[in-house]
Amino acid sequence: MQQQPNKLKPFFENLEFERDDNTMVINFGPQHPSAHGQLRLVLELDGEQVVKAYPDIGYLHRGIEKMAENMIYNEFLPTTDRMDYIASTSNNYAFALAVERLIGVEVPRRAQVIRTMLLELNRIISHLFFLATHALDVGAMSIFLYAFREREYAMDLMEDYCGARLTHSAVRIGGVPLDLPEGWLSDLTTFIDKLPEQIKLYEDLLTENRIWRMRLEDVGIVTPEQALEWGCTGVMLRGSGIEYDVRKEEPYELYGELDFDIPVSDRCDSYGRYRLYMEEMKQSVRILRQLIGMYAKTDSQLMAHAPQYISAPKEEIMTQNYALMQHFVLVTQGMRPPKGTVYAPTESPKGELGFWIRSEGEPYAYRLKARAPSFFHTGILQDILPGTYIPDVVTIIGSTNIVFGEVDR
Amino acid sequence: MRKYTPKDNVQAKAKYTDRFWVAPRTPRSAVEGEHYEAALARLKESVEVLDAWIELGQMVVTIRPEQNIEALRTLKEECGYAMCSELSAVDYLAQDGEFEIFYQLLNLEEAKRICILTRIKEDQAIESIVPLYAMAKFAEREMYDMFGIVVNNHPYLKRIIMPDDWEGHPLRKTYPLEGDEFASWYEVDKIFGKEYRDIIGPENRDPARIDRYDTQRFSRIGHEVPFGADPELVDETETPIEYSSDVLVDYNKGPHKVLDKRK
Amino acid sequence: MAQHQVNYASSGGLPVALTTVDKLLNWGRSNSLWPLTYGLACCAIEMMASGASRFDFDRMGVIFRASPRQADVMILAGTLSKKHAEFARRLYDQMAEPKWVISMGSCANTGGMFNTYATVQGVDRIIPVDIYLPGCAPRPETLQYAMMMLQKKIRREPADMKKRKLQRFV
Repeated sequence: MQQQPNKLKPFFENLEFERDDNTMVINFGPQHPSAHGQLRLVLELDGEQVVKAYPDIGYLHRGIEKMAENMIYNEFLPTTDRMDYIASTSNNYAFALAVERLIGVEVPRRAQVIRTMLLELNRIISHLFFLATHALDVGAMSIFLYAFREREYAMDLMEDYCGARLTHSAVRIGGVPLDLPEGWLSDLTTFIDKLPEQIKLYEDLLTENRIWRMRLEDVGIVTPEQALEWGCTGVMLRGSGIEYDVRKEEPYELYGELDFDIPVSDRCDSYGRYRLYMEEMKQSVRILRQLIGMYAKTDSQLMAHAPQYISAPKEEIMTQNYALMQHFVLVTQGMRPPKGTVYAPTESPKGELGFWIRSEGEPYAYRLKARAPSFFHTGILQDILPGTYIPDVVTIIGSTNIVFGEVDR
Repeated sequence: MRKYTPKDNVQAKAKYTDRFWVAPRTPRSAVEGEHYEAALARLKESVEVLDAWIELGQMVVTIRPEQNIEALRTLKEECGYAMCSELSAVDYLAQDGEFEIFYQLLNLEEAKRICILTRIKEDQAIESIVPLYAMAKFAEREMYDMFGIVVNNHPYLKRIIMPDDWEGHPLRKTYPLEGDEFASWYEVDKIFGKEYRDIIGPENRDPARIDRYDTQRFSRIGHEVPFGADPELVDETETPIEYSSDVLVDYNKGPHKVLDKRK
Repeated sequence: MAQHQVNYASSGGLPVALTTVDKLLNWGRSNSLWPLTYGLACCAIEMMASGASRFDFDRMGVIFRASPRQADVMILAGTLSKKHAEFARRLYDQMAEPKWVISMGSCANTGGMFNTYATVQGVDRIIPVDIYLPGCAPRPETLQYAMMMLQKKIRREPADMKKRKLQRFV
């Protein structure tokens, strides 16, 4: 069959490069199996060494911030799922938290416990995914299969709770929609009993593995100054020796009451970051264990009581006239938060995820800016890639753990 | 007369607003006596602070746009606000003819946040903060891309998210959510050329639209035709898809359940 | 020699299978479909999950390839933005015939929930699609079922490219 008529030209005719010496320009992405999505890097190479790197992003731009301006707050919540799609609940939660701070509601205790559980479960899912893909990029295929096996069990737990594997929408503004299903806590206990053994298996396979260490050690050095300047957060910041975790420093939900450690590494390289991810998973297991005990001590209220902003529970809607009217207004017109500005930071698995919302007292946000950690972690590539070698580029992209739904929004 | 619709703000509007509705404001408190007092005093020494208050756990300061770099330098070097978490703009062109630019700063030692607000006119440029915070290399490019705000002395001020040949700045309030004429034909023009617009047709923006005569996208199960073929010309006696009986039920066999008696 | 004479037709030991060239070619094509790893957004994670340990796509002869030159099927998994559309078409052009396209997920089918300025409203605007796979995001089982449907479709098609009544262009 003949080639289709289209006017696409060979690619490099479109690009202009200033080439005064014999460096070579290669195009990495936007469809590259180890670019973690749609990153396009234009690399200028001298031999095998990278001289210049331009991260080109925007290949997954879907206009999420524009959508937020044209949707009522509750309507927008499922859209946040698609930002960091590896740990959806952390996005739902960050958005819900920002709106809750804006309207000033207090979330019931049981909802807090469930939310914190889901957030930590999502952290485990995301870190396992990081481990799987990072190892696959570096060349350790079997870790990919092992890590996905455990991840599927965590996804089963999420599915038992909210019915979706990937796009959870498991958090609502003002609480959570559902109580934990029967037997969920015992399943969770089984999972977190098994998980440390599995983490040990991965560590046995990787931590002292000679190839793994050669590929990761002293690769992708991010100095503390660079990390601060570039607004790196999460593991990228703690991997550079700066201890800052929003969960500890500006506690939200139950993190103020929980007992957990923030691992910090001053190696500043990919290997240190890999160790931090492994350590964070163990801490998440520790948090989940404490939360299981907390759950039983809570009463059954799941949604905050704020009739102006949040619909009443289903029983009240079905039995009380006024609750039904409120519900109708909230669904058709949407809640009207007070005028004001809010920035609510949370610690998502990738780093500091925060929503900056400007409300003008309308049911639609006047401006919503999602502060996505991966956006800045992509930006730092242009500073840390020069000087490294081509095989290390893949390692560095992997260890920044960027996710493109979040970068481009 | 046809209803007049303003074009300067095409954001979705509330469908109904009560006549006596007055939007409340989030509680604001004075900075005096708070943790931020020292930082504000420092800031007042170096730049002109137009207003400052505490709102929802952080201090919000409004300054003049010409002094943005001076204010941020004071906060970074003297008050320890070492990280700029985010910067972007808000479009107030329809109301005031201005953009509001915000800088969200973080002090890691004290775990405190400051939001710096400044307003510029539509055709006014703002000074880049790249010398202070490298994250602005990306964030200011995004601001330029999304709002068309020119940033002076930025090392590489180009579009970052939209393609280089894109027209318009999507996050302006004048830009519709579903895009303008240019946006709707962008990929067709780029790949095939303008002459293919008629063949490909306009975008379907109604996700619920089903065209029963469109045999390319919708088919009758068991009577499928090859892609693009005219259903009239295709022999009806083609073998239907074989269904394994336990997975799918073939609804084409057996008597149909009549739901609507009128038909 | 007489005792060695076997009547293959009657004793059921027929070592010869009679088929058509079409069926033989399609049998080969449909049982080793190699998709291009074309992960665009959320659905790519489910695509990876279907290739990983629990769902194990390899047992169906499906092995993900990173190069369009080695791939038979393009699984467009996720939102196709207008900036990326050009590259999707480029990769499709680079694939060798015969080639098929699965559009995975609502975003790829119709633009889905992203009814915005930056999203291509259905990849069939730029690439001919064989199988549309609904869901947001479709589960790995759904992707496997789509692959089975594609196999059925391939077996029904004539193997000769020229005989296909394909208007490979929307």
